[in-house]
Amino acid sequence: MTAVVAPPEVARVPSPLALAWRRYRKSKLGVLGGWMLLILYLVTLFSPFLAPYSVTTQHEAFSYQAPQAVHIVHKGKLSRPFVYGVKQGRDPVTFARTNVVDRENPVYIGLFVRGESYRMLGIPGSVHLFGVPEGQYFFPLGTDLLGRDLLSRMLVGGQVSLTVGVLGVLISFGIGVIMGGLSGYYGGRTDNMIQRVVEVLLSFPRLPILLAISVLVPARWPSTWVYAGIVAVLALIGWASVARVVRGQVLAARQLEYVAAAQALGVRDLRVILRHVIPNLSSFLIVSATLALPGYIIGESTLSFLGVGIKEPMTSWGLLLKEANNFETLAGRPWLLAPGLLIFLSVLAFNFFGDALRDAADTQSR
Amino acid sequence: MLTYTLRRLLGMIPTILIISVVCFAVIKLQPGNFTDQYLEDPRFTRETADAIRRQLGLDQPAIVQYGRWLWGVVSRFDFGYSFFQNRPVTSVIGELLGWTVLISGLTLLVSWLVAVPLGIYTAFNRNGLGAQIANFLGYVGLAIPDFLASLLLVALVLSLGGTNVGGILSSQYIDAPWSWPKILDLLNHLWIPVIAIGLEGVAGLMRQMRASMLDVLTQDYVRTAKAKGLPQQKVIWRHAVRNAINPMISLAGLSLPALISGTIVASIVLNLPTIGPMLYTSLLNKDQYMALTLLMMSAVLLLLGNLLSDLLLAWSDPRVRYS
Repeated sequence: MTAVVAPPEVARVPSPLALAWRRYRKSKLGVLGGWMLLILYLVTLFSPFLAPYSVTTQHEAFSYQAPQAVHIVHKGKLSRPFVYGVKQGRDPVTFARTNVVDRENPVYIGLFVRGESYRMLGIPGSVHLFGVPEGQYFFPLGTDLLGRDLLSRMLVGGQVSLTVGVLGVLISFGIGVIMGGLSGYYGGRTDNMIQRVVEVLLSFPRLPILLAISVLVPARWPSTWVYAGIVAVLALIGWASVARVVRGQVLAARQLEYVAAAQALGVRDLRVILRHVIPNLSSFLIVSATLALPGYIIGESTLSFLGVGIKEPMTSWGLLLKEANNFETLAGRPWLLAPGLLIFLSVLAFNFFGDALRDAADTQSR
Repeated sequence: MLTYTLRRLLGMIPTILIISVVCFAVIKLQPGNFTDQYLEDPRFTRETADAIRRQLGLDQPAIVQYGRWLWGVVSRFDFGYSFFQNRPVTSVIGELLGWTVLISGLTLLVSWLVAVPLGIYTAFNRNGLGAQIANFLGYVGLAIPDFLASLLLVALVLSLGGTNVGGILSSQYIDAPWSWPKILDLLNHLWIPVIAIGLEGVAGLMRQMRASMLDVLTQDYVRTAKAKGLPQQKVIWRHAVRNAINPMISLAGLSLPALISGTIVASIVLNLPTIGPMLYTSLLNKDQYMALTLLMMSAVLLLLGNLLSDLLLAWSDPRVRYS
C-alpha cells in the first residue's frame, strides 16, 4: 500500500500569454487604444438604436441644416436639455429658402423615444436612445444635401468602415498564410509560380492598383455586392506581402525536428503546415494583422471618397466625406467633415493597440 | 557594382513584360470601351461610333491592341494615344511631369528635413515631454489619410478668410512670366499639398529614424566611443547618427514610386495639375493606353526604387557589397 503522494509544489510560472498580457497592460496608449476600439465597435453594433434617424430618411425641408446645439438654459431658467426648433422662412431680399432658428419654443430631448423602426442584430425595434417629439426635428451634427441626419449616417456608416478592414485582413491573411505555406513547404515549381504572382502584385504601389481593380466592380451591382467586391479587392492586394513573410518562416521551420517528426508519422502536408508550422507564427500574424488594419480602413475610405468604393444606399465614412469634397461645402458647411473624426479615431486606436500588442508579443528585445 | 546593376536592370525586363500584360488585362476586364459613351449621345449615330471605334483600333481583339501598343513602345517610344485627351500619351504626361516632380520632390524634401531630426531628438530624449508630444503627433499623422488632411487644411484656410486654395497658381499668374510675386504665389498654394501628402510620410519616417537610432545607441561601438572620452557631440553625430542613417538612405529609394501614387488623392481634392489624377480619370473613362502607361510607370518606378535603395545601401554602408 502506498500513500497518495501529494503532487510536488510547482513554482507558479506565468504562461507566456499571461506575461504578454502583463506587458500589454503596461502600455498606457495601448490600453487606451483597446478601450477606444471596444467603444467604437459597440457603438457600431448598436448604431440603429443610438442613431436618432434612419440613414436613408430624407428630411426635405432641412437640406444642409447646421448642427443644432443642445441648450439647458431657456430664458434665463435652467431646464432639461432641449434644442431650439427650426422654422422655415424666406430670405426677405432674395426669397431663397432659409431655415430660421425659432428661439421661442424649446424642443425637449427625450430618452428612449419611439421613432423610426429598424432592425438591429435581426431584432426589430423602434426605440431610439434619444429623440424629440414627433413633428419636431433634432439634428445633432446637421444634415446633408438631402436632409439626411449626419450623426445617424456616421454611426451606421461605421458598420461598413469598421468591418471592411477586419474582413479584408482576415481574408488576405488567410490566403497569404495558405499561399506562403504552400510556397515555402513544397518549394520547387509551386514556390516559383506563387512567388511570380506575389512579385507582380508587389510591383505596384498600393493606390494605383487598388484603383485599377476597384473600377472593375460594376456600378449597377446592388450595394451589398459592391461591399463584398471592395472587401475582395482589398484582400486581393493585401495577401502578397503576407505570403512572402510566411514563406520565409515556413522555409526555416521545415528544417526543424518537430516538422520532420510529424512527417515521419505520416501527417498530411496541409495539416503539417496548418497545425505545426503556422501556430508558431500566430503571434506574428496577430500583431501584423492588427497593424495592417488601419491601412485597410484608410484604403476603403479613400476608394469610397473617390467614388469607386461603397455606394448608396449603404454608407461609409469615406463616402460621407465625398459630399464635403467641394470648396463651397468646405467654406460654408464644415460640419460635413465630421465623419473624418471617426476615421481618425479608429485608425489611431488600431495603431495604439497594434503597437502595444507588438511590444507585448516581442520577448526578445527585453 | 556596374555588372550587378546591369544584371538587375536586365532581370527587370521580363517582370515588366508580365506586369504590362497583367495591367492591360485588368484594364480590358472593364466591360465596354471608350466609344460606348458615344452610343448614349444623340449626336452620334451607331455608324459614327463604329467608325470611331475602328479608327481607334478598338475593334481588334485585345491581344492585337496590346501587341500594337507594345510594338509602338519598343520601336518608336510611342505609348499610344489618349482618347480622352485627344493627344499622344507621352505629350500629356510630359506636360504634367514638371509639376508632379516639383510637388512630390518638395514634399519628400520637407518630410525628410522634418522627420530625421525629430527621430534623432525623440531617440535621445525618450521620456522627455517634447519627445512624447512628437510621438503622439506621429500617431496623429499616421491616422489622417491624405484626402482628409487636404479637406481639413482647405476648410481651415477658407474659414480664416484665405482664398489661396485649389490649383497651383492664382489666375492672374497662370500665363504670366516667372517673377518673385509669382513664386510667392506658388509657394502660397503649395504648402497645403506638401503638408497633406507629407503628413503620413513624416510620421512613418520619424518612427523609423527613432527605431534605427535606438538600435545604434545600444551598440558596443557607441559605448566604446563614450568610454574613451570622446565629446558627446562627436559620439552622437559621427558614431550614432552616421550609422543610424544608413537604413534611412535605402528608404529614400523606396519613396520613388510615391512620385505618382502619393499625389493621386490630394491632387484630386486640391485640383492640382499632376499625373496622379490622370490615372484616376483615365481608368474611369476607359482611356486604356493612358491608364496602361500610368500603371506601368508606377510599377517601373517601384522596381527602380527597389534597385536604387539597394544601391544606396551599398554606397552608404561599406559592409554591404554585391558581387
